[in-house]
Amino acid sequence: MQHTAKAGAHYGHTTMTFEQLAFYFLASVAVIAAGLVITVRNPVRAAMFLILTFFTVAVIWLLLEAEFLAIVLVLVYVGAVMVLFLFVVMMLDIDTDQLREGFAEYLPIGATVAVIILLQLAIIFSSGPFDLEQMPAPAAAAADYGNTHQLGLLLYTYYVYPFELAAVLLLLAMVAAISLGLRGRSSSKRQDPAQQVRVRKQDRLRVVKMNAEKQD
Amino acid sequence: MIALSDYLILGAILFALSVAGIFLNRKNVIILLMSIELMLLAVNLNFIAFSHYMNDLAGQVFVFFILTVAAAESAIGLAIIIVLFRRRQTINIQDLDSLKG
Repeated sequence: MQHTAKAGAHYGHTTMTFEQLAFYFLASVAVIAAGLVITVRNPVRAAMFLILTFFTVAVIWLLLEAEFLAIVLVLVYVGAVMVLFLFVVMMLDIDTDQLREGFAEYLPIGATVAVIILLQLAIIFSSGPFDLEQMPAPAAAAADYGNTHQLGLLLYTYYVYPFELAAVLLLLAMVAAISLGLRGRSSSKRQDPAQQVRVRKQDRLRVVKMNAEKQD
Repeated sequence: MIALSDYLILGAILFALSVAGIFLNRKNVIILLMSIELMLLAVNLNFIAFSHYMNDLAGQVFVFFILTVAAAESAIGLAIIIVLFRRRQTINIQDLDSLKG
């Protein structure tokens, strides 16, 4: 009897569930990829490892039942932002060796600051309030629960003004990026608003006096 | 089961790595932007973990807005980098000292 109880305790404490196995595998892939992002020499490779990091974290978000945001992360980040990064990195002719100067010089202070930040956060996070006893994992959602549906209900009611502000922000970013990238080209047929405002009547309009003619 | 602290520590590791990345690659603006993206990702991971464990979708709404702002930020940042490279033929931060800061 005692033996079986012991075996049960053993089972409960050391055997990993599939969820844990998946989490630790994904977490280690994400950490290794993030470490490679900041250390590889070639910016194209850094962008590729950043894509790997984003993808892995998206799968971790799936474990957290945030399906909509996981898909958005893959679509928006991997599909748009990282392609933009790769586009810029490949378009610019960068001398990577010159940009790597000082890497070894800043390594001690960078590592020190990172380790201090990590230690402080880890001490707080592992001190008890975020354990399974204090914050038990919620039960898995029902099969007909829709994360996208619930998020949409919240986003279009309580958060509708922030949502519209976000839309305006994206429009602003688009206008800003286009106007920054636009080269002043003399051959293009553009309007000059300053000249349009400065226009006077006598420049454009000529009143012709002529006698009325008799219609046949 | 996975505890909330595991997710938080993963977020902390990613955040610390991106802080180290900002220190290490302080000459390359593109890697700096990538480090900032990584930092935002770590913060988003914390938001989603708390949202899951506290059964509150507000955290996911926040992540949605953070993703929007981060996309806008990186688009404008990359546009600035392109204009900068067109003018100066370099993206080395050490060469960008015309403001004498």
